[in-house]
Amino acid sequence: MLSSFATLLRTTVCINEIQRIQMNGLNMPALSTWLNEDRIQYVNAVSDWQDAIKRVAEPLLKDGTISADYVTNIIKQKEAIGPYFVIAPRIAMPHARPEEGANRLGLSILKLREGVVFGAQENDPVDFLVMFSAPDSNSHVELISQLAEFLSDDEVMNTVFNAQDRAELSRIVHSFN
Amino acid sequence: MKIMAVCGAGLGSSFMMEMNIKKVLKTLNISADVDHSDLGSVTPDAADVFVMGRDIAYSANLPENKLIIVNSIIDIKELETKISDYFNKKQ
Repeated sequence: MLSSFATLLRTTVCINEIQRIQMNGLNMPALSTWLNEDRIQYVNAVSDWQDAIKRVAEPLLKDGTISADYVTNIIKQKEAIGPYFVIAPRIAMPHARPEEGANRLGLSILKLREGVVFGAQENDPVDFLVMFSAPDSNSHVELISQLAEFLSDDEVMNTVFNAQDRAELSRIVHSFN
Repeated sequence: MKIMAVCGAGLGSSFMMEMNIKKVLKTLNISADVDHSDLGSVTPDAADVFVMGRDIAYSANLPENKLIIVNSIIDIKELETKISDYFNKKQ
C-alpha cells in the first residue's frame, strides 16, 4: 500500500517534471553542465565490453558519484537479460537503478576508436558509451532530456562518431545546447 | 490508450523512449498516455501496448500482439514508423 503510493507519487512527480521541462525547454542546462573534462574520455581500444563499462565508470567511481556495486550490477544485469543498455547502433548507455549504487547524479562519456562487441546484433560494435547515475527517479529528468536531444541528433552524433581525439569530443559536447 | 516504454532499469532508456514517443504522438496527432517502467515490474495489464528495445524483448513476459520492438530507442523516425503502423493496424 505504502509502496504503491510511493510509486504513484514518483510517477506523478516525473510527469509534472517532464511537462515543466517541455514548457521551459529553452531554459534547460547545457549537457556540458554534467561533464567535467575528466568525464570526457577518448580511448583507442578496450579488451572487451566489461572493460569498456569499467573505463566509462572510472571518473564517477573516483569521486564517489557511484559505488563499485553500480558497475557490478550493470554487468550482472547485462548477463541476466542481455545488452539492455545498447540503445542504438554504436551507442551504449550503461546504467542501473538508484538503489544499486548510484550516490549522486552523474554523467560520463567514452568514445572508442575501435568499437567493441556487446552481443547486441546489428547495434554492434559499440564505439560510444554514456554512463549516467541517478540517486532517485526524478532528479535526472533534465539530464536525460538533454541527453536524448544529443543522442537523437544525427548531425551531432556523426561528428561524435568521427571525432579523432578527446579535445574534439570535448568541443562537440561544449558546443551542444 | 496507454503506451508503456520499457527498459532494463526503468529510468534511463525507457525514460528517453517516453520522451521520444510523446514527440512522435504529437507529430502523428494521436493522443495517448505514455509512461515508463522496468522489465521486472511490468505486467501485461499495465498498458495497451509496450515499446521496448529488441535486446530485452526476448526476456519480456508480455503478449506479442502488445509489443512494439525497436532497434534504436533514440531514432525518432523508426519510432514514428512503428507507432503509426501499430495504430493503422488497430483501426
